[in-house]
Amino acid sequence: MNLALAKTDTARALGNIFATARERLPGAGAVAEMRQRAFEAFERTGLPHRRIEEWKYTDLRALMREVLPLAAAPDADALERAGAALASLATADAQLLVLVDGAFAPTLSHLAGLEAGVQVRALREALEDKGNQASADLLNNGATAGPMISLNAAMATDGVLVTIAEDAAPAKPLHVVHVATCSSAAIYTRSVLTVGKGARVTLLESFIAVGGARSYQANDTVTVRLGEAAELEQVRLMVDAPDAINMSTAIFTIGAKARLNTFNMTSGGGVSRYQGYLTFAGEGADVRANGVNLLNGRQHADTTLFLDHAVPNCTSREIFRSVVDDRAHSVFQGRIMVRPDAQKTDAKMMTRALLLSDEAEADNKPELEIFADDVTCGHGATTGALDESLLFYLRARGLSEKEAQALLIQAFVGEAIESIADDAVRELAISTAQRWLAARG
Amino acid sequence: MPLLEVKNLQVSVEEREILHGLSLAVNEGEVHAIMGPNGSGKSTLSHVIAGKPGYEVTAGEILFRGENLLEMPPDERAAKGVFLAFQYPVEIPGVATMTFLRTALNAQRKARGEGEFSTPDFLKKVREVARRLNIPQDMLRRGVNVGFSGGEKKRNEILQMALFEPSLCILDEMDSGLDIDALRIAADGVNALRSPKRAMVVITHYQRLLNYIVPDFVHVMSKGRVVKSGDKQLALELEAGGYAQFEDAA
Repeated sequence: MNLALAKTDTARALGNIFATARERLPGAGAVAEMRQRAFEAFERTGLPHRRIEEWKYTDLRALMREVLPLAAAPDADALERAGAALASLATADAQLLVLVDGAFAPTLSHLAGLEAGVQVRALREALEDKGNQASADLLNNGATAGPMISLNAAMATDGVLVTIAEDAAPAKPLHVVHVATCSSAAIYTRSVLTVGKGARVTLLESFIAVGGARSYQANDTVTVRLGEAAELEQVRLMVDAPDAINMSTAIFTIGAKARLNTFNMTSGGGVSRYQGYLTFAGEGADVRANGVNLLNGRQHADTTLFLDHAVPNCTSREIFRSVVDDRAHSVFQGRIMVRPDAQKTDAKMMTRALLLSDEAEADNKPELEIFADDVTCGHGATTGALDESLLFYLRARGLSEKEAQALLIQAFVGEAIESIADDAVRELAISTAQRWLAARG
Repeated sequence: MPLLEVKNLQVSVEEREILHGLSLAVNEGEVHAIMGPNGSGKSTLSHVIAGKPGYEVTAGEILFRGENLLEMPPDERAAKGVFLAFQYPVEIPGVATMTFLRTALNAQRKARGEGEFSTPDFLKKVREVARRLNIPQDMLRRGVNVGFSGGEKKRNEILQMALFEPSLCILDEMDSGLDIDALRIAADGVNALRSPKRAMVVITHYQRLLNYIVPDFVHVMSKGRVVKSGDKQLALELEAGGYAQFEDAA
């Protein structure tokens, strides 16, 4: 009874929010029609709940409860506070592209010094550009379906469209920073990265909040197309405010002989889900998809990856580590599909969870669907506590209990973090993990 | 005041008493050997001195420079100068040996209110000790003890002893799993650390180790007690007559 009522209320609240937001959403004509269709697709399911298999462990009807109105466009004060917050990310020499409360902030971004072969445009500007079909396609989720992605397409206010030209190899990582300064409001962002044939680039994406930003809801989608023999290293660091909700999606289309090294680390936020859809579109490509959850308090973080081996001769490796303290809940769902044609697929997935308290919970769900007969596929999953004999060895050498735990936790997540090739980006990931460890006291 | 004083120590593991009132006094500069058959409680004694969880001390006390060691967590004991060279040093994948050594050394120094070692000083010190112990540089870059042979693991323990400069070293079955060459290298490493300010407790099954590390005192343990103490001649008697001759005394 309650559930049905809640569903109706939530759906109505969302419907109102879309109706109210429409005036402020960029794009008319085909763009507006696309939004309408996307919203209708969302309305058909509403907020996902535990009876939908892919959302079994992340019941948004229970965890999200309310849907918040669209965040206001940032004013000068918000931009200033966002600018100050960027200091915490000061990595060596990245090309910053900053989104504040769902609006691209050119004054905080490094647009002047873009390297050769790198083009950047704001999504809002592209959507308002005549409202034609090409603009509407920026909101197209293609074959990837899901309520939160549909909601994103309906509500996206801004984002960055980045194109790396054929054979370009910018030396600096691009760093897209999502800064929240708002409270009790929703942020919908959407970005597109196109990496041309033979191009090489590193993309860092951070989700951070200024002090005082509370209870916001972020929903981000990034669509990535890797051309033939392109190389991308993508690193995501989710360091949202402790009571924030973050629903993020990345959709990858991977060309022949392309190489993708993708890494997600969630150490912030109250409730979050990162869902990655990775589709091999050409033969001979290689994917490394790694991730880490560092959770405490009552955090809930879900990493859901879907690797679609749709063509032959591709390789994928997944390493996922979760560290769960207090009453936190970590979810890893790793689905690997090997389609009938995808012979000589080589896919492996290993997920390990480390529980630091009796009340911590980790759910690991590997799903392998193999329809080809000449493949190498494997997966493994473990859940355990810190090894007492290792802890004693370290303590007998002078490390306090927390220091010993911290060293072993770092070692536990190390294999995943060390997979980041870019030195400065890896250092940022390591220092983010160390901040989490230090905050344990 | 003795450096280490164990008085009437009674220890149980899961309700079963292992040590039944063991006493031992060790002064600075002395090397004591503790010998005894399997199950006599030798390793239990070393674990309890180092502070390993899982042992219940039901009676007695352990004083270190007059302070109650049993009230201190293991890391505090280490900072005070107690060092246990493990019989089976653990492998810690993902923790580089150098990181581990520096973290441990600085944790001990911090606990004593001393300044941290600078990186160049630390590296210089580690390299110098490693060279003396015949520990190749690439071993220091690997995970702690990961893929080390038995001899390498023991040398890594002695490397730590040399770095941390403890005042009490407990060597638990240092000779187990070592061939004669590895044993000689390890023993040379230990002998180099003998000093008037440092005491050692060498726990062993066999007299052989004591040919290399010559003790000032030898204690025979049986069934959770010290049943006989003497000088190094006692070890030779044991070698000739076995442990059985002392078991009645227990």
